[in-house]
Amino acid sequence: MTQTIEPSTLSVPPGPEPSDRPRRPRALPQSTLVEASGSAIAAVALVWLCFTVAGITGPLGFAICVICAFLLIYGVICWQQYGVLATKDRLATLAIWTGALVAFIPLVAVIAYVIFKGAAVVFAHFPHFFLADMTDLTATSPVTAVGAGAAIVGTIEQVGLATLFTVPLGILTATYLVNNRNTFAKMVSNVVDAMTGSPAIIAGLFIYLLWVVPQKEAGQTGFAAALALSVMMLPIVTRASQEVISIVPGSLTEASLALGAPMWRSTLRVLLPTARVGLITAMILGIARVAGETAPVLFTAGGNPSYNWNPFSGKQDDLPLRVYELIFQPGVNTTRDAWGVAFVLVLVVLTLFILARLIGAKKPGPSGFTVPWRSRREFEEEEAPA
Amino acid sequence: MTTLAPETRTSPVQYQDVPIDLIRKPVGADRVFNGVLAGASALVLLLLAAAVAFLCKYGFTAFRAAGLGLVTDPTWSPDSHHFGMLSLLMGTIAIALIAVALATPISLSLALMINEYAPRVLKPWLTGVVDMLATVPSIVYGFWGLLLISNLQAAPARWLVAHASFVPIFRTVSPNQYVKSIFACGLICCVTLIPIITSVSREVMAQTPRDVCEAALGLGATRWGMVTDVIFPFSRNGILGAILLGVGRGLGETMIVVLVLSQGNHLTTALMGPGGLGSIAAEITENFVASSVITKSALILLGLVLFMTTLIINIIARLVVERSNNGSL
Repeated sequence: MTQTIEPSTLSVPPGPEPSDRPRRPRALPQSTLVEASGSAIAAVALVWLCFTVAGITGPLGFAICVICAFLLIYGVICWQQYGVLATKDRLATLAIWTGALVAFIPLVAVIAYVIFKGAAVVFAHFPHFFLADMTDLTATSPVTAVGAGAAIVGTIEQVGLATLFTVPLGILTATYLVNNRNTFAKMVSNVVDAMTGSPAIIAGLFIYLLWVVPQKEAGQTGFAAALALSVMMLPIVTRASQEVISIVPGSLTEASLALGAPMWRSTLRVLLPTARVGLITAMILGIARVAGETAPVLFTAGGNPSYNWNPFSGKQDDLPLRVYELIFQPGVNTTRDAWGVAFVLVLVVLTLFILARLIGAKKPGPSGFTVPWRSRREFEEEEAPA
Repeated sequence: MTTLAPETRTSPVQYQDVPIDLIRKPVGADRVFNGVLAGASALVLLLLAAAVAFLCKYGFTAFRAAGLGLVTDPTWSPDSHHFGMLSLLMGTIAIALIAVALATPISLSLALMINEYAPRVLKPWLTGVVDMLATVPSIVYGFWGLLLISNLQAAPARWLVAHASFVPIFRTVSPNQYVKSIFACGLICCVTLIPIITSVSREVMAQTPRDVCEAALGLGATRWGMVTDVIFPFSRNGILGAILLGVGRGLGETMIVVLVLSQGNHLTTALMGPGGLGSIAAEITENFVASSVITKSALILLGLVLFMTTLIINIIARLVVERSNNGSL
């Protein structure tokens, strides 16, 4: 080759002796810290000076100006010392870390705020808040007079019914979508995907028109709410199950088919049991997503401050609905109670999520899949070299 | 080990060397089984069809009463025969666009940080936390936003109105009021979209072939050069799909808007104060149960418009994400 590369076009200037150390792209260059802190101090000083001279105040404006000045000063320093490419890289690194921090601040703040506001209410009178209902709620009722018991019962029953309806259906649909690749399956798959993100209020509206309107006053029950939640949950469970089932190695089902088992047996005895851990995870994630939905239950459950154990007759409460109603209820203490119920709701949802993760993270077999008819020990004995 | 002598076989089996047709039509019990599975799948389609049919059926009254007024009338007030759904539709779209415009750069930074910049030990933890935050109910975000963010954003909003009101959106229809606005809703929705956009775009970016990334680094690219020249081109479609999914979610956001927005019913460009544009989902939630027959019908019609819009956006988003998964540049 006659072509040569000009040394100046390389991002790393050739040193006198190229060291044979591995390149670590994630490591922080040693000089970075000094340069960055120097630039930061310079930026704060500069902006403070400008603000004092010009007589401007305001913390947000100050922060934004400091960040801009810092990027400018730091960029110039890097450009002087390392050239354009390195400067771009460092500024981008800074921007990405800043963006990530900006993302985490509100997300963590939400959780912290709920715990800060809600834990005090829930644990003020410990088991009482989980057991009492809201019948004694007045504008100024003390924390010892109210509780989320009725709402907890409603949530458990409604979400339980919805799970009962959607999990078998969702798994059957997912199996069909994995086993078949025809036009019908593709269409169903697209519809499931599209419905996963459809507005929650539409599910509530649909069930209201379908189920509640024909029955007039008697229509608003826990069962109607469960139906609305099912409309939300079915696509979620189907999609998650489909992903879990599709990663089961095809060789397992094929082995079963090759041994002469019909498709239905291979599916029920090999495919689904192999994916069962993932299916449980999918189910719990679906429950966690749906338990916090307010819009579907708004028109369907009706809301009821007192206990109603029967989901098939009479209005029923549930956690998100109770938060919603407490927020709009006038009174000095209802906001406080709303935080309490919101805390219980977040507790339920996050516990379910973490549970799903813990179950999903377990790797029973050496390949990450359980084969139900063989114990783990058999696997390990086979793996161990004789 | 015993071997069978050939002469002990009673009759030589005539083996046919025909391969088994694995994609043959199912027979017997398999046919029933496949029918059950197909029936379950058909139920999903049936559900969608039933939802659309019911919304059409109940929304038709308003459609007949409104006619072209749906898009030409600037005011929404069905009881006095003003069916201008644009004031609500535009508000819904504005909230989604503000939220997505703010959430996209932040989410991409977060996704890149998790994939490329953070120490590798932290990666599963960060991914888990982001997914966990996606499951926090939106009513909690809305409550938090109503009490905290709506007030915190008032000062910057006032500054924008004072200094940048030559841009039509940085205005307010109610003088000196800056809380409970479309802008505040967009900000809070942005927080709920971050986990969704991050999670999808992170997964797509992680599918970039590692050897190509390392080849870029080996040729002397900086890490940012690797991101712009390898990861972004590979995951371009996926990122677009993630953004579209965010738009779909933002359009359908209900509880945050119900809690935060003080709705108006006039078509306007001002987004910084209460009482300007409305939002479809919030309008349905707040006014559906206690409204007259014609308003109910009009709200159902709006619901149908919202449903169809999000469905189409979601389908496009999924198709775009799927296309990115084949690894082609």
